[in-house]
Formats: sequence, C-alpha cells, structure tokens
Amino acid sequence: MPSTASEFLLRRREVVGKLLHDRGDRLVIGGLGSTAWDITAAGDHDLSFPLWGAMGGTVAIGIGLATAQPDRRVLVVTGDGDMLMGMGSLATAARQNLKNLTVCVFDNEHYGETGMQTTHTASGTNLAAIAAGCGFANSRQVETEDQLTEALPLLRDGPGLQFVCIKVRAEKLAFVLPPKDGVFLKTRFRRALLGADVV
Amino acid sequence: MEWWQGIYQALKDAEVRQVAYVPDAGHAKLIEACHADKEITAISLTTEEEGVGVLAGAWLGGDRGVLLMQSSGVGNCINMFSLAKTCQFPLAVFVTMRGQWKEFNPWQLPMGSTVDPAMTTAGFSVNTVDDPADVADYAQATLHHAFVGGEMAGLLLHQKLTPVKTFGK
Repeated sequence: MPSTASEFLLRRREVVGKLLHDRGDRLVIGGLGSTAWDITAAGDHDLSFPLWGAMGGTVAIGIGLATAQPDRRVLVVTGDGDMLMGMGSLATAARQNLKNLTVCVFDNEHYGETGMQTTHTASGTNLAAIAAGCGFANSRQVETEDQLTEALPLLRDGPGLQFVCIKVRAEKLAFVLPPKDGVFLKTRFRRALLGADVV
Repeated sequence: MEWWQGIYQALKDAEVRQVAYVPDAGHAKLIEACHADKEITAISLTTEEEGVGVLAGAWLGGDRGVLLMQSSGVGNCINMFSLAKTCQFPLAVFVTMRGQWKEFNPWQLPMGSTVDPAMTTAGFSVNTVDDPADVADYAQATLHHAFVGGEMAGLLLHQKLTPVKTFGK
C-alpha cells in the first residue's frame, strides 16, 4: 500500500521537542517503539514512563493515571500502530470524560520497528475522526507548522480531554533508548510523583 | 450478607480507588455498588486487557485498583499481563467463572478450562473459591497478596456461586 508519509512536513523529534519543552509537572506515558525513543530524545525524565511492550495499552495506562491524579495533566504520546491496536481505549477515555488527559498520536502511517510496513492510516483510517466518534469533544489532525503552533497549548494544557493526531514524516531516526528496566521506570515515576517515602 | 458483598467490603477495607471491569452477570451487583460509591471510580472497559493498563496507570498515580471480568476475558489479557509481570505492578483480578459447572453454552468451555493454568503460567498466584462463606476471606487475601506482596493475584469465583444460565431453554 503506497503512502505519502515520506513527504509529510512535520518531523517527530522536532514536534516532541516542542511538546515536552519546559514540561513542568506534566506526566508523560510514551508508547512502545518510536514514541518511546522520541520522548527520551526530548530528555529522559523521572515523570516519563516509556513502554518497551504492552502494545495497545498506552492510552489505558493514561486513563488509570489521569484518574488517580486529577489535578495533573497526563500526556499520552504514542504512535499509530499502538493506537490502532488500542482503539477501544479511546471510547473508555471518553466515557470516563477525563478532563486532564491528552492523547497525542505521532502518525507516520508505518510500523517503524518492524520494517516500515504501512499501517491502516496509510489507506484512509482517520484516527482523529475515530477519537471524535468515540466521544472526544476535542479532536483534531495536525499536518502543518501553523496547525501545530495552534494545537500545542491544547496538547500541553487542555482544556479537558484532548486528542491530537500529528501526521509526521516516515523516517528512520537514531535510537535514543530510555532505561528498559520496568521496575526501575515504575519506581522512579512513583517516587518523583508521590514522594521518596513511597513503598 | 451475599458473597459479592464480601468482595466489596474487602475493596473498601483495602482502600481500592479504581475498579475496572468488563461486565459479567456474576459481577453485576458488585459493579453497581462500585458505581454508587463516591470513593471508587468504576471504569467500564471495551476489552479486559485495557484493565491491565488502567491498573498500571492507577498504581503509577498512587491509586489501588482491581479488575473484574468473566473467565473468557482472561484470554484477552495474556500479552498485557506482561506489563504487570515485567514492571512488578500489583494486579488483583476477580474472575467469575463460566464453562466450569452446569454450563449451558459450550462456547464458554475452552476458556473455562484454561483460566487457571493460563493465569498461573502468566505469573499469577491463583485461588478458587466455591463456598459463599469463604469469599470475603479469599478476597482479602487476594488484595493483600497484590498490594502488600506486590504481586499478581487472581481469585476465581466458582460457577457454583452464580445462577445457572439456561437462556430460557
């Protein structure tokens, strides 16, 4: 299936740099593969939880975290492959009407870690429309710098439940790997969020 | 006291704040009670594996959560259980059994006979309770195992506990 994703204007590492620049107290979940490397390229952080597995579960983790921390903005940054596998979780997030959750999909229309096969978004599946159809009152697709500039404040601070699908160029980039020890990632996140005496 | 109230009281005593579920008739009253409880956020899922992610997120955020499902849902979760296993997230799962005892629907039989070994292989400690008088105690032990022991704990609620479904036949 052909795709024009190699011509998309926006570059994922530049986008993630803007998204996570001066990130404040936002809580970040990164989907497995490229988006985990992306959020790490923007600067590994104790309040980032990058996944190395659990494909399809990234938004679900964001739902539990946003429910537990209603006063903190939770940013889920994931790819189109992970989002396609976990589309039902968009319906769950909308049903819970989580006012502090942002779902940001970097959509390059390809499975980046497995040989750059096209995903369903390359042949017309529209994730922003799906999120809207699941009940996200705020859902948009971003393809240009101007659209990104307009969307960034919404991505970072809301208001309310936000879904933004950012079409990014299909490109193989250098790996920037986060720690892969899941117990370490979990514990550092909890200590940073809940305090050093958390058990 | 009905047996499900023993689970509900155990959830309250353990300060569980999130209850993720895919509905099952056997869990219906418990789900209703959780929705009515202002201290609990009840989260209806589209598929059980979402619940494994939700509870991981809950724990990252400082909340205790549990997952309620029917036996057929366990099969949907197998890969997602690796999240709990790899990161050592506490995971408490309450499974109402089908395909185990006086089952009308043969389509329930495969998972009904596979839940215990599948969960055990995935890393859970698994208990089955079939006497209503024992449910509260087993529920407390399951939550203790998860939140004090920090492990994956499953409680299988035997089909004897739930009404026989006959679909009017």
